Amino acid sequence: MDKHQDDSKINLEYDIIRNDFKRAGEASSDIKSILKKIGIDSKVVRKVAIVTYEAEMNIVIHSYGGNIKVTIKSNNIIIEAYDRGPGIENIPLAMKEGYSTATNEVRELGFGAGMGLPNINKCADDFKIKSTPEGTRLLITINF
Amino acid sequence: MVFHSVVLDDEYCKGCTNCLKRCPTEAIRIKDKKADILKERCIDCGECIVVCPYHAQDSITDDIRDLNKFKFNIAIPSTTLYGQFPLEINIDRIYQGVKDLGFNYVYDEGRAADIIAITFDDILENRTKNLPLISSLCPAVIRLIQIRFPSLIENIMRVESPMEIAARMAKKEVMNKYDIPLDEIGAFYLTPCPAKYTSIKEPLGIKKSYMDGAIAIKKVYGDLIRNEKKIREEEKFSKGSSKGIGWSRVGGQSMTMGIKKYVAVDGIGNVIKVLEEIENGNLNDIEFFEGYACVGGCVGGPLNVENPFIAKSRIRQIYEDDKYVIERTPEEIKELKKLFNSGYLSWTEEIAPRGALKIDDDIFKAFTKIEEINKITQSLPGLDCGSCGAPSCRSLAEDIVCRGTSIENCIFMIK
Repeated sequence: MDKHQDDSKINLEYDIIRNDFKRAGEASSDIKSILKKIGIDSKVVRKVAIVTYEAEMNIVIHSYGGNIKVTIKSNNIIIEAYDRGPGIENIPLAMKEGYSTATNEVRELGFGAGMGLPNINKCADDFKIKSTPEGTRLLITINF
Repeated sequence: MVFHSVVLDDEYCKGCTNCLKRCPTEAIRIKDKKADILKERCIDCGECIVVCPYHAQDSITDDIRDLNKFKFNIAIPSTTLYGQFPLEINIDRIYQGVKDLGFNYVYDEGRAADIIAITFDDILENRTKNLPLISSLCPAVIRLIQIRFPSLIENIMRVESPMEIAARMAKKEVMNKYDIPLDEIGAFYLTPCPAKYTSIKEPLGIKKSYMDGAIAIKKVYGDLIRNEKKIREEEKFSKGSSKGIGWSRVGGQSMTMGIKKYVAVDGIGNVIKVLEEIENGNLNDIEFFEGYACVGGCVGGPLNVENPFIAKSRIRQIYEDDKYVIERTPEEIKELKKLFNSGYLSWTEEIAPRGALKIDDDIFKAFTKIEEINKITQSLPGLDCGSCGAPSCRSLAEDIVCRGTSIENCIFMIK
């Protein structure tokens, strides 16, 4: 984890490795623990926890790897999740509850229920998603 | 919180690290070779009592002499008492023994658990938000949520525990039967657990408890065994059904309320792991979560005597025994539902988050401190040996930054 702070914001950054189910969830868990310790409102913490957890699992399961960046400002928290491909073919379909492209192996591990992006969408005050075969970028804003 | 039931007896404490490592809120430090409990973090779960090999951790509860405060005393035995004796012994003889300790009346806690089991489906029916609903039975779990999972407070069911409901119902029953004014009646819980005693002194969700005190089961256990042998004739006490009694073991609540989509977890460490999952939104398809600080559920409470697994097996046998089934008439059920819907069994007060883990009131100052803590943590050996008196290298780093502890407490730093 890398972090740095300037006057008005806090940055947290995590590399996420593909298919690494041993460490999967550690980044979002660390983010959650930091937010709690610095005294962010518990409702906001829960939203960030869900968003970062789903984004992290998406990168682990579906991508070639990527990273998650959290920026805490005085009136909101911005979460950026970036991966290096292969991209989401059909974004409107991926936003539908229950739609999943996860393999059977992944489902046997208890993941890939097709709730990732819909859950993120529910928690976000603003949600932008861009995807090409070179990579997918999620930009989520959660207001205080 | 001002009052804590869990206390340390310095005389027996060797300053070992058993309790240090097991405390779920990292509330223990070893100072000058004695354990010290950080009061603002303690949730009275009793984990330290269970793991202490020297029996230095203990729990404050009342004594039989406290009955002198009232003219008329009711004993309310926890349903875990059913698991403390071989099933061949008639529970009426045990209850007679309880009464012979100096009580005027015995009210079985299982009767109160029955009421919730019968009326509960109404709560779940209309619930679409904040699932799973989290059981309010274990007070240590609720306090854990206040400290470590404040965002889950809105998932907790706002219904009183059987202990509290039993105290209200028992006092009402005695007032009606014997025409005794409320302030002359004392209600004492025979408790398996320090967290319950704390809940009497500092209740969660209500202003004041109807329970006036509690006596640890292990304090009277010997008397109950001796009394049972001497009793010539025992009363027939009014008791709970297999459903209500079943609440004293993990899974009991969900089973008796007929909930299919439930998760039942025992042991405070396991409870923490599942609460993390709930917080991440992974259990949204689950209707009900029952969590217990103690292994096995309340039968594993540190103030019981019997081995938790043996006690749990006995409770299961009772749960499956037709002898303990009580059929309710539709009128009875209607009456109880009316009582439930009147709010008589519900919480009246909101419960607030406890910011005991917060590092600083200012977000940015707190973050600077976290960076410093991370830096110090990296310079420490990472063995989490506990020799410094903190439960892990990371918590020593936190103590250095937030509490002014010296880094020289680490034996590897002075080498």
